[in-house]
Amino acid sequence: MSYFAVENLSLRFGGLHAIRNLSFEVEQGEVFAIIGPNGAGKTSVFNVITRVFTPSEGRVLLRDRDITTLPRHRVVERGIARTFQNIELFESATVLDNLLLGRHRFRHGSVLGQVLWSPAVQRAEDHSRAKAEDIIDLLDLSPYRNTPVASLPYGIRKMVELARALASEPELLLLDEPASGLNPEETRDLAFFIDDIQNDLGITVIMVEHDMSLVGEVADRVLCMNMGEQLAIGPVAEVRAHPDVVAAYLGT
Amino acid sequence: MRFPYDTSYRDSRKLLRYRSDWLAYGILLALLIAAPWILPRFYVGELTYLFIMSVASLGLMLLIGFTGQLSFGHAAFVAIGCYVHVWLLGHGVPLVASLLCAGLFTALVGLLIGLPAIRVSGLHLAMVTLAFSIIVEQVIGRWKDVTGGFTGLTVPRPLLFGFDLGGQRQLYFLCLVVLVLVLLALVNLLRGHTGRAFTAIRDSEAAAQSLGIWTAGYKVFAFAISAGVTGVAGALLAHHVQYVTPEGFGLLLSLELVMMVVIGGLGSLRGAILGAIFISLLPVAISALKPILPTRIGSQFGLEIFVFGLMLALFILFEPAGLNGRWRKLKSLTDYFPLYRKDTFRRGKTYMRSERYR
Repeated sequence: MSYFAVENLSLRFGGLHAIRNLSFEVEQGEVFAIIGPNGAGKTSVFNVITRVFTPSEGRVLLRDRDITTLPRHRVVERGIARTFQNIELFESATVLDNLLLGRHRFRHGSVLGQVLWSPAVQRAEDHSRAKAEDIIDLLDLSPYRNTPVASLPYGIRKMVELARALASEPELLLLDEPASGLNPEETRDLAFFIDDIQNDLGITVIMVEHDMSLVGEVADRVLCMNMGEQLAIGPVAEVRAHPDVVAAYLGT
Repeated sequence: MRFPYDTSYRDSRKLLRYRSDWLAYGILLALLIAAPWILPRFYVGELTYLFIMSVASLGLMLLIGFTGQLSFGHAAFVAIGCYVHVWLLGHGVPLVASLLCAGLFTALVGLLIGLPAIRVSGLHLAMVTLAFSIIVEQVIGRWKDVTGGFTGLTVPRPLLFGFDLGGQRQLYFLCLVVLVLVLLALVNLLRGHTGRAFTAIRDSEAAAQSLGIWTAGYKVFAFAISAGVTGVAGALLAHHVQYVTPEGFGLLLSLELVMMVVIGGLGSLRGAILGAIFISLLPVAISALKPILPTRIGSQFGLEIFVFGLMLALFILFEPAGLNGRWRKLKSLTDYFPLYRKDTFRRGKTYMRSERYR
């Protein structure tokens, strides 16, 4: 009985084993990091959880409910939101619209209501806007509210993507390399934001990350993967000192 | 200079935000209402045609400009809307009901054609729709009992509560009213939940799905609405031409519609209408210019198609954002006059994007 569990997960593409018999559990409210060399299968784990890929074997459980058979667009209804390694924002839309899209799973009135722009629809839009503004405040995005994403610098885009994921009011947040491409200052800010997300919003975070200083700062536990397999799992210092992990990173 | 200053969330969503907007659109509406009494008969007819094409162009814009699905076969939806309307009118259905039914039926056909769109996109979808429009043209040509075949069919007079709307001014106002209603409906749909989902699908399907947008459903829905709106345009077109033959709904019409959308500026309803104005008035402009041109050029066969192609090429090369992009640049020049920066509209660099999740 755990909050979130991956059980005996395998993912094969023909002869390629992206994930081999991987199992781990995440406690509610913790920040759990997945590290490993390139091609270790970290993002594939995320893609299995969010149903981009169907695993060859094994299952994924959230609150003991199997989510391995959900359609891809229903995953967010269970309270799982994610960001992408190579930002997948809606380029032509403004930051605000991106956030409102994050709230897509909350209905904003019937189609007919929308066509007539009924009072009920307007109230729903107001409510979503207020919620989006909360997140804009939380992540300091107010200067960019009405700027199209296409004209924002990389670091801000990363934050917008995080904000969009938060807008869906998740209980489990999957961050795929949130610090890649950020400068040291932005990375420090990100560490604070992740702290806020964990402590103030009470959201459980699983993140794939290469920046060990960030992982050391925010993660409660770490899973190290290599070639689709688990190398080590546990507190950061322990995993960092693990001989297999050192070997995988530095070579033998 | 004008700085946006919102005092409530609703301010930012208003369609006509400033007093000057009310004034501008009020004047436009007044001019359009007065037009049939000011303009010569020929131009009233041209404006009516322009309204009809605007409706069709709005329908196609929803599909291409907002959801990013390409269709080269929208003439087929115009044709279906047209023939269903004529058939219903012929069987004694009242005008308004018949218009709505034509739209609904075309939407249903669009739904069916939209189903392959879940699987194919881009050029492949363009081919599917192209093939569909050829099939529809041929079916209409051969199905003589209902459509009159290639010889054509006379359109019954449009009667509304006993009034004949077939006269030039009456038809002008019928088309204007339909255009305004369609425009308002689409504006509302696109500024809310559904419109956001459409643009999300266009920009990133992977992210759209991760946020709970049922991409397959929305794609087919967009196809249905687009077809329905285009079908209504087809029904109106029947009254404009008064005698319908399948040749009127060939590839050239599809191509014209696509050009309206592209030249107008993808992703904007204003663009759809600007594009429709441009493409519908181009032949008028060309024929007006013909007497001035040297006879060797003016009498060339296919001059119109040549100019169409040239315009499309020039727009794609020099103004990919289309007429709407031009409009926005002019507007921001006047709004921010001393502080206008030319680079505001320069396209930002697109960072690395993966297509792996499709």
